[in-house]
Amino acid sequence: MSTPGKLRALLAKFRPAFWDQRAEEGPYKSLFNYQRTWRLSVGLLAAVALAPLCIMTAIDYNVSKRAISSENKLTMGRLTSNTRRSVAYFLDERRAALDFIVREETFAGLTRQDRLEDALKNLKSGFGGFLDLGLIDASGRQIAYVGPYSLLGRDYSGQDWFKNTLAQGHYISDVFLGFRNVPHMIIAIKKDLPDGSFYVLRTTLDTKPINDLLKSLDLSGIGDAFIINKDGALQTYSRYHGGLLEKVSLPVPEYSARTEVLEMKNKDGEGIFVGYAYIQGSPLILIVVKNAAELMKPWYDIRLELVWFLAASILVILLVILGVATYMVNKIYVADQTRAMTLHQVEHTNKMASIGRLAAGVAHEINNPLAIINEKAGLLRDLIVYKGQCEEGGRLVGLIDSVLGSVERCGAITKRLLGFARHIEVSIQPVKIQDVIEEVLSFLTKEAEYRSIRVDVDMPAPVPVFESDRGKLQQIFLNLINNAFQAMNDGGRLGIRIVMQGENRVTVSVSDDGCGIPAADLKRIFDPFFSTKTKKGGTGLGLSITYGLVQELGGTLRVESALGKGTTFYVSFPLKQDQRTVRRENSSGG
Amino acid sequence: MKILLVDDEQELVSALAERLSFRGIDADFAVTGEEALKKVGDNAYELAVLDMKMPKISGIKLKQEIMKIRPDMRIIFLTGHGSEEDFKAGSAESSAYLVKPVKIEDLIAKMREALA
Repeated sequence: MSTPGKLRALLAKFRPAFWDQRAEEGPYKSLFNYQRTWRLSVGLLAAVALAPLCIMTAIDYNVSKRAISSENKLTMGRLTSNTRRSVAYFLDERRAALDFIVREETFAGLTRQDRLEDALKNLKSGFGGFLDLGLIDASGRQIAYVGPYSLLGRDYSGQDWFKNTLAQGHYISDVFLGFRNVPHMIIAIKKDLPDGSFYVLRTTLDTKPINDLLKSLDLSGIGDAFIINKDGALQTYSRYHGGLLEKVSLPVPEYSARTEVLEMKNKDGEGIFVGYAYIQGSPLILIVVKNAAELMKPWYDIRLELVWFLAASILVILLVILGVATYMVNKIYVADQTRAMTLHQVEHTNKMASIGRLAAGVAHEINNPLAIINEKAGLLRDLIVYKGQCEEGGRLVGLIDSVLGSVERCGAITKRLLGFARHIEVSIQPVKIQDVIEEVLSFLTKEAEYRSIRVDVDMPAPVPVFESDRGKLQQIFLNLINNAFQAMNDGGRLGIRIVMQGENRVTVSVSDDGCGIPAADLKRIFDPFFSTKTKKGGTGLGLSITYGLVQELGGTLRVESALGKGTTFYVSFPLKQDQRTVRRENSSGG
Repeated sequence: MKILLVDDEQELVSALAERLSFRGIDADFAVTGEEALKKVGDNAYELAVLDMKMPKISGIKLKQEIMKIRPDMRIIFLTGHGSEEDFKAGSAESSAYLVKPVKIEDLIAKMREALA
C-alpha cells in the first residue's frame, strides 16, 4: 500500500461512525448534520478554551519582553554611565593636576626649565599619561617647554585651541595623531596674573589609558565601547565601527546631559542597543554598543519555553476537545439512529401487518368462489361418476379433474398467503426451521425458475422443533434469501445448510455465488442506512433490521464474503428461547 | 351419518351437500344462522360444518348457540378466512378447522375423525 493509502487507512480507523452519515433526506433522515455539529462543537469549544490561553500568553510574552528589554537598557545605562565617569575622572584629574601646578608655581618659576621638568616628572609619576608640558605667554608664544618635541618658541596665538582656552579658561582637545603617529590630546589651562596679564599651561596626554579602560570593559560577544567627538570621528579604537579618527558607522546621538540607551539597527541590519553619554567639559561622547540578540538571549529562552508551553497546552486542549466532541456527537448519533430504527421498525411492522391483513382479505375473497368452483366441478364429476349421466364421461372427468387440480393449486397459494399473514402477528410458537425456510423459498420458486437459479437445501441431521417467533424467522430468511438473489447472476446457485451446533443451537447458512462484498464494506453492512443500492431504491435497512431481528431472537448473525466469489450469511439460534427475551418481545409487541 | 352444512354461500353448500349424499352421508344445509338453529332443533344431526364469517350470526356464535341445544354435537369449521382470531377461535372451539377450498375426501376424513 502506498503512503497516502496507508494514511487514509489510518485516518479511517479513527473516523467516528457518524462521519460518513449521509441520510439527510427521505423519511428516515437524521435530525442533525453530525459533521457540522461536530465542527461547530469543536470550533466553539476551541475558541472558548484557546482564546483566553492565547491572550494570557501574548500578555505574558509582551510583559516578559518589556521587562527583559528594560533590564538590558538599565544594565547598559549603568555600564555606560560608569565608563563615562571613569573617562571624565581621568580627564578631570589631569586638568586638576595642571590647575594645581599653576596655583602652586609662579609664572617666573614655570619659565625656568628645571622647575618645569620637575613638574612634568611629578605629573608623570603621580598620574601617568602626560607626554610634555609647555608654558605660553599672553602673546601666544611658547616660552618654556619640556617634552620630546621641539616646540619652544612656537606661536599658538592663531590656533583655535589657544583661543578656546582664553575664552573658557581651560580646554580639552579632540584626539589627534601628531608627528609620531600616536594618538594623543591636549589639555590647557589659562592662569590670570595680578598685573592683568595671563599665561597658559599646556600638556599633551597619551590616550592609551583611555583605550585600555574601554578595552577592559566586559562586553561579551560582539559588544563594543569607544569614544567619538561631536563630528562623529572615532577618538579611540573600535572593534567593529571604524578605525581611529575615521567617521563612526553609527549616527551621532543627540545631546543629552544624562546617559541614554537607544535601540537601533547597525549597518548590517542587526538590532543593537546603543548606550551613550556626553563627557562634560570635553568634546567627547562615550558610546557603548551591544548586540540586541545577545542581550535578549534570556528572553529568547523564555520565549521558547512559552512557545512550547503554548503548543503543548493547545495540543492537550484540542485533544480533549476533539475527544469530548466526538464522544458527545457520537452519543447523539447513536440516539438518533436508535430513534430512526425504532420508527422504521414500527412502520415496517405496521406495513407487514397491513400486508398480512390485505393478503388474508384477498385470500378470503378468492377462497369462497374457489370453493364454489371446487364444489360445482366436484358435483359435476360426481354426477358423471356416480350416475353415469354423460356418454363422454371419461373425457369429461379428465377435464373436471384438470379444473379441480387448478383449484387445488389456487387453494394452496391462498392458504400459503393466509399462513404467511397469520405468522406475522404470532409471537413465540413451536417452529420447524425447515418448514420456515421451505415456506420462504416457495415465494421465490418462480423467480428461481425464471433465472435458472439452483436452490439446494441441505440438512444433514434432523433439527428438533423449537420455540421461536415464526414471523421474525420468516422475515430474517426472506431478507437474506432476497439479498442473495439480488447478488447473483442468472444461473447462479443458492445453498442453504441447516446444521445443529451442539445440542442447543441451530445454525443456518445462506450462501450465494454472487458478486461478493468488498472487505471495506463488510464491517458496515449491518449499519442502519448503509447501502450500495441507494440509487436503485435501497434504504440500507434490510440487513440492519435482519440483524436486529436475529438479536431479538437471541441469535447471532455473521457474514463471510469473497469479492467475485460469493457471500455466506450464518444465522445461529438457541433452541430454547431466553424467557426474558420472550417476555420483552411479548410486552413490546402489545 | 347425518350432518348439517351451514354457509351463507348457497351455491357452495347445496353442491357440497349433494356431493356428500353421493358418498352416503345424509347432509342437510342452511344459509343463515337462524335457519341452522331451527334445523338443529328439529333434526338429530351428529355433526355440523360451519362457515365462520356469516351475516348476523358468526360461526363461533352459532356454535355456542348449537351447544346450548345439542351439547353432544360435533362441530367442524370451514372458512375462507385465515385471520389470527379465526384460527385461535377455531382451534379452541372445534376439533377441526379447515380452509376453503377443501377436498371432499379431506372433509369426510375430518368428519369421521370428529365422530370417532
